[in-house]
Parts: sequence; C-alpha cells; structure tokens
Amino acid sequence: MQVTIRVNGNNTTHEIEDRLLLVHYLRDVLGLTGTNIGCDTTSCGACTVHLNGESVKSCTMLAAQADGAEVTTIEGLAGSDEMHPMQRAFRENHGLQCGFCTPGMVMAAVGLLREQANPTEEQVRSGLEGNLCRCTGYHNIVQAVLAAAKEGGAR
Amino acid sequence: MSILGTRVVRAEDPRLLTVGGTYVDDLREPALVGAAHATFVRSPVAHARISSIDVQDAREAPGVVAVFTGRDLDISPSPPAPMVTAAMARPALATDVVRYVGEAVAVVITDERYQGEDAAELVMVDYDPLPAVVSGEDAVRGETLLFPEAGTNVAWTGGAEQLDEHLFDDCEVVVTQVIDNQRLAPAPLEVRSAACAWSDDQGQVTLWLSTQGAQAARDELQRQLGLEEGQLRVVAPDVGGGFGAKIAADPETAALCAASRRLGRPLRWVESRSENMIAMTHGRAQHQTVTIGGRRDGTVLAYRIEVLQDSGAYPRESSWLLPILTMNMASGVYAIPKVETAARSIVTNTTPLSAYRGAGRPEATAAIERAMDLFASEIGMDPAEVRRRNFVAPDAFPFQTPSGITYDSGEYAKALDTVLEAAGYPDLQEEQRRRRERGDPLQLGFGLSAYVEITAPDNAVGETGRVEVGADGSVTVYTGSSAHGQGHATAFAMLASDELGIPMDRIKVLHGDTAKIPKGAGTYGSRSLQLGGSAVHEASVEVVKRARHLAAELLEADEGDIVLDRDAGRWHVKGAPATAVSWGELAQQAEGDGGLAADSDFSEERPTFPFGVHLAVVEVDVETGAVRLVRFVSVDDAGRVVNPVLTEGQRHGGIAQGAAQALLEHMVYDADGNPQTGNLADYAFITAAELPSFELLPMETATPLNPLGVKGIGEAGTIGSTPAVQNAVVNAITHLGVRHVDMPATAQRVWAAINEAKER
Ligand code: FES
Ligand code: FES
Repeated sequence: MQVTIRVNGNNTTHEIEDRLLLVHYLRDVLGLTGTNIGCDTTSCGACTVHLNGESVKSCTMLAAQADGAEVTTIEGLAGSDEMHPMQRAFRENHGLQCGFCTPGMVMAAVGLLREQANPTEEQVRSGLEGNLCRCTGYHNIVQAVLAAAKEGGAR
Repeated sequence: MSILGTRVVRAEDPRLLTVGGTYVDDLREPALVGAAHATFVRSPVAHARISSIDVQDAREAPGVVAVFTGRDLDISPSPPAPMVTAAMARPALATDVVRYVGEAVAVVITDERYQGEDAAELVMVDYDPLPAVVSGEDAVRGETLLFPEAGTNVAWTGGAEQLDEHLFDDCEVVVTQVIDNQRLAPAPLEVRSAACAWSDDQGQVTLWLSTQGAQAARDELQRQLGLEEGQLRVVAPDVGGGFGAKIAADPETAALCAASRRLGRPLRWVESRSENMIAMTHGRAQHQTVTIGGRRDGTVLAYRIEVLQDSGAYPRESSWLLPILTMNMASGVYAIPKVETAARSIVTNTTPLSAYRGAGRPEATAAIERAMDLFASEIGMDPAEVRRRNFVAPDAFPFQTPSGITYDSGEYAKALDTVLEAAGYPDLQEEQRRRRERGDPLQLGFGLSAYVEITAPDNAVGETGRVEVGADGSVTVYTGSSAHGQGHATAFAMLASDELGIPMDRIKVLHGDTAKIPKGAGTYGSRSLQLGGSAVHEASVEVVKRARHLAAELLEADEGDIVLDRDAGRWHVKGAPATAVSWGELAQQAEGDGGLAADSDFSEERPTFPFGVHLAVVEVDVETGAVRLVRFVSVDDAGRVVNPVLTEGQRHGGIAQGAAQALLEHMVYDADGNPQTGNLADYAFITAAELPSFELLPMETATPLNPLGVKGIGEAGTIGSTPAVQNAVVNAITHLGVRHVDMPATAQRVWAAINEAKER
C-alpha cells in the first residue's frame, strides 16, 4: 500500500508493506535513525515521536495508521534552530549517558510539557514513567525537564 | 587554571541529542549495502536432547537466503575459564543438547528483517526433554548432570576447603542468615547487535559490534573462527549501554561472522528485547550463608561467608571471577580479625551468568552490610555505631585485609559522619519513633551501607593511550578503553587539554576500532579513568616533553628556557612571548620524524579501593507491604574528581540500579526452567516514578597509585545503594518482629514478612 506522511516538515510518500511499523518506516524507509527501538512490548519509550504534536510510541502503530499525519522525530525537533530548549536542557543537566533512550526521552519530555507547562518533580517523574533509561537513574533527566519548563521547553 | 575538577558539559551530547547516536543498527556503511538479516532460532525448553532439526520449510519461506545449524558452521566452542573443566565448553549453536531456554540452535538468514521472524518459526526442532536443573540445591545434589562427562554440576570451588569450627569461639553473640542475592537482567537499553562484512577475497572481515571492548572481542572471535591475527577488524560504534554484559563476544557474533563468510554477503543482527532478556548473560545469582560474631560492646570478631554462585548453563570467566571478587571484598570496610570465605560455582539450566555492574562486589557488600545490621539488632545497638566501632582506621592504610588484599586509602568514619549529618540522622530516628508510637500505617525506615570496593582489579593488564598533534594544531587521542555512556570523549579530552593547553574542541577522542587501536583492554571493572585516563595523561606529558625539545630547536634556545603558555597554547622563550611557535608548527617540524605523538601503556601496581556511605530512607505501608524510597543520601569517594558532572552521573545511575535490585528487579524461573520475566512488560525495570532525586555529597581522598589520584566510580553507586535500601526496608518493620527480607523487597514479600512475624 501507499502512505503519505509529513515527517519533520517534509511530505514523504512510499509504497510499503501493510504490517510495517511506523518506527521502521522512519528508520529503514526514511533513514531517520535517531528514533531507537528498545523493546518489543511497548514498554521502553525509546521510539517516542510526535504524531500531530503529541507523544506516541512509534513501535505501537503501523505506518499505515500515520497516513496523512504529521510526524516529528528528534531530527526535526529543533526546526531551524541548533537545538530545542529541551535538547539544550538535557545537555546542560547531563540528562544522557549512552544516549540510546535520549531521543525518545526528549520527545516524551516535550510532550509532557505541552500538556503541563509547569510540572512538579513528581509530575515529571510520573509523566516519564513510560520511558526507560538504564544509565542516568533519571535524576538529571528530571532536572533537565524542570529546567526546560522554565525555558520554553513546551515549544 | 586547570580545567580538571571543573564542571564541563559533555562533548558527545550535541550529536546524541539532535540526530541520535550511530548504534550498530543505524550504520549505513557502504560495506553493508545489500546486507541480509540474521535471526536466531532459540530453544523453548530448558534441557533437552536435540533429536533432529528440520530446516526444509524454513528454507522455502519467502526471502530466506539460508538456514544454518551448528553442524553447518565451523566455529570452535568457547572454552570455559581455565579453572573449569573443558567438558563444560559451549558450542556457538547447540547441536546435541540444549541447556537453557533461549539457547541458539540455528540461524536464519533473510533478505528483509521481518521475514526472519516468520522463517525462524518454521525451523522444526525435535526436543527430547531432560529433567531441568534450576535450583542451587538440585544442581549440588547432581541427580541430573548438565555435562555428564564432567561428572558434576560444580564448575569451580574456591576459598576454605574445610570450615573452621572454632571461628566463632570467642564470640558472645553469633548471628547467621541465608541471603539470596537474586538474578538480574543487565538490560542495557540497546540490545545486542552486530553487523559484518568480508572483503571480496575473504581475507579480511570487519565486524561492527555493540561491545565494551573491541580488542578482546577481536581476539576471542579470531580464535573461534580460526582466523589469523589481523584478519578481523572490530569496530564499536556508539554503544547503548553495557553494564558488564557486553564485555565478551557472544556466540551469536561468531555465528554471524561464519554465516557471512559462507554466503559471501554482509549480514546484520539485532536481537529483540525478549531475546535479550533470556539470551544476554544475567548478573548476580548468588546464594549466600553469612555468619557474624562478636562482643556485646559492638566489636565484630569473626565473619564467614559461604557463596553458591549460579553460573547458568555454561560457565564463563565470571563463574569464578564473581565469587573471587565477593570473597576478596568479604570484610568490607571493617577490621575483622577472623574472616573465612568459601565458594562454589554450579551450572543450572538457566541463562549463563556474567558481570553486571559491580560483578561480585555488590554481592560482598550486600552480605556484610546485612550482617552488620543483623548483628547490631541482636545486641541492641545503633547500626551506625556498630559500623563506626569496626571501621578500618584512617591511619591503617595501606591496609591488608584477612583476604590478603591491600586497600590503598580510605576515610570511612568521615564518610559516615558526613552522611549522618546531611541526612539529619537524629531527626530520622525521632520521626521513626513517633510513627511507631502512633501505629502509623506508613512506617519509616532508614538503612545504612558503608562500602569499599575494588576498581581496576586487573590493574596489571593496564590500558593504552596515544596522543597525536596534527599539523593544524588539533589533537587526536586514541584510547584502548571503550565508552558506552561514561563520557570518555569529554574526560580524556580534558586530561589532554590540561597538559597541552589546547582547547577541548580541538581534541578528538577515538576508541573501539582495532584498526586504529590494536591494543586495548576496554571498559569494565571501573577501570577507564584510572588506567585509560592515566595513559592519556602520561602520553600527553610525553608529547609536551617532545614538543619542548622541538621548540628549543626552532627558537634556538635552551630547552630549560622554553615555556609552554597553556592559556595561549603556544611555546616561547622565557621572557620573550612575542616570538612564539604554535603546536601546529611543532607538529609540522616533527613530520619527517614520526610526527608529534606519544604512546603510553599504563598499569597500576595495585588496584584502587573507592569507598563511601549510603543512607536510604523508605516508607513502608504495613497494610499492603508497599515500599517507597523517599530519600537517598550518599558519599562516594573515588579519589580525585576530573569532572564532577560525569562522576555524579555515574553515581546517579549506579544508585538507581542498586535500588532497582533491592526493591523490584528479579529474573525469575519456574521449576522447569521457564523464564517468567523474559520481557520488559514482565521484568520490573525501574522507572523515574519509583525513585527520588538523590542527595550527593562530595568527598575526595586521592590514591597514590596513579598520577591523577583517581579511583573508579562506575560501579560504586550500585555496590553501596543495594544494601542501604534493603536495610532501610527491614529497619522500617523490625519493630514488628521482622529480621530479614530478601531482595527484591516487593510489596508481596514485605507483606508476607510482616504477617509471618505476627504469627510467630
Ligand atoms: S521500542 Fe520500546 S516502546 Fe517502542
Ligand atoms: S542514557 Fe543510556 S539508557 Fe538512558
């Protein structure tokens, strides 16, 4: 079947297998490898992207289901800027180590702030429950999100 | 001013944050164009004889290029550790017997990724079931043997051959406890993955591998594949975490290289998470019996730990290394006159064991720190006080332990006082008393752990470093150490920058490519900074020396009069800064003469021993058993700190993994050897919602063993935090008669412990 998905501001149209997952469309068809895959039970959130502005786990949906939608991945988050405020906050607060969870974590964090512009620490923690990180112990991720909330991280 | 010790944000981050890292599955190398995909067929049973493997249907499935079984591929088995009988060797793909759920029996090669899973299901393996050996007791009893030719399920024994029946003779109080240090899944967020491509004439092969040590993987694979030295190049691209489980080259990797050679086609392999949970090595899995004895005044006189190490189905290096590390670190921070250790490693029909963050040391610390609390509670003394009375004194260093190893430096009482003060210990005690008095359903518990651990235990192996100044004045640092999140590119650039006076953004750090760095040990045992960092430092010092010589020639002056202005990054004659030469000019000068570069291979005379004290505060709902970790205070003294940002990150991550073991994570098997927690939906991987922010306190006691004065920090957090959290849980409910709760302290277990105590 054929899908047309607007990814990071560009229209993409491809002939795909029905069962192709959105995450594989992004990674294998478009070559946008920033979005990672960390599990096969929709548990880890490494694959989080924005679908029409909201966080979704791109391993839980078929590319076909995103037909006609607008998708933003880590590569498109900053737009024409060097870095999105959330990306900057992650760097300044050492919110990443191996970097594998990071693209999904950053996208989920932006999604979180869009729903709740000034979250408490507890709200950040429960809001990121669906995104696993093995390296950071989450401490600096939480710090980064709280810092980004003050710097336009919801953008 | 020196950049060392200052807060420098990471050089690696902009790329990781904006386009993501380049992990194995992200590689788009020309050599991998047209690569086919490998999918392993894995045993669904724990123990069985393979009576036949029928690959016909699979071969005919769409997109299938080939199907290989163990008999089709020529791979030498992985020999077990030298101390273990050769009868326990592991084939890359099982041919006659499968010994755990998840063991690979065949590999399917397909054009497309998705086709692999479909085709793998069509491989028909006939399994003739054998009884499964799952528990330690079953393994020891030996009614069923995993390797009948070995004649036993015991792979290795160490420590005391005969227990001393008089060990506790002088003691007024003796306490014994059986402790289960449960099996864990390392679960790095990036699963295992590899890609491989042979040259057209098959003389050379490149393997991209998610590994903690490219050079060690190269050596092991060359042996298994029967290759000449230099035929295999291993490249570690970005690696999404390892935690000890990516130290070695796993059998799947050997099979991938062999299959690729047979087909003359590049191959890619990325396991699924559900495969990863059962087929990547596991950690911990120690069954311990600890006995502690002493006087009622709080003096500990004797301590014994007996270790039963589950090695899983195939013993690897770690099946003896883990218990040896546990035995070496048995007495922890305490000066205990008599210490006895004994260990056995057994094989069971479960996933093989290997290193996992701490590897043997968290097990030692968990044992002694539980024992100290049990002893304290038995004599009715404050656990902090009992610890203080038995610490190795600050003037006793270098201190030789009864296990025969030498601690370099330590300030244990100072660490304890710092933590107690910051935590407001008396307030915690008071709050606990109040809640107990009013019978609050939410009881407060606090737990201490004082730890010392061994970093760079293989100090003599050392690490390589090379520093090269280019004609444009930029620097390339080569290290045999291997980053997978630790921040080598930042820390090592800081070390070079500090010596050379060249800004960090002109310094590139390379690692994990055997073509560029033929010799290296890799990253494990918290060795990177003290060995790899020291090597980079030494090479930098040597480069400065050579540069000084060249500058003297160019400026026609005495070497003694040549000055390196580190702020400007230029060389001049003392008193004449106007006429200066740059690093680039010196490098050009050296071009005919091997360039401006220096190598170092740094080893330490002895390992280093970081230490610290952790305090955890938990709330336990006595009606449901639910535990919540509410505060965590720590001192982790790992010698001099090069970059606090990085050390704090290592501490955070370590503390979280320890708390995860204490509260949640457990790799569970049923009696038939079926994994019950074999994916991320069932395995209780800790999340942000289950953790508090951590209160880290600074402390630095330099080591004399390396020029930087640094010790390792990668594993310390895990080693200290695990027993602190466990002790806190028990502490919250001791007044209800509970003496011990095994990890993980899940709501169900805590609730059961409270109720059992009530019934007693
Ligand atoms: S890959 Fe784990 S949730 Fe999508
Ligand atoms: S940074 Fe490694 S998993 Fe989060």
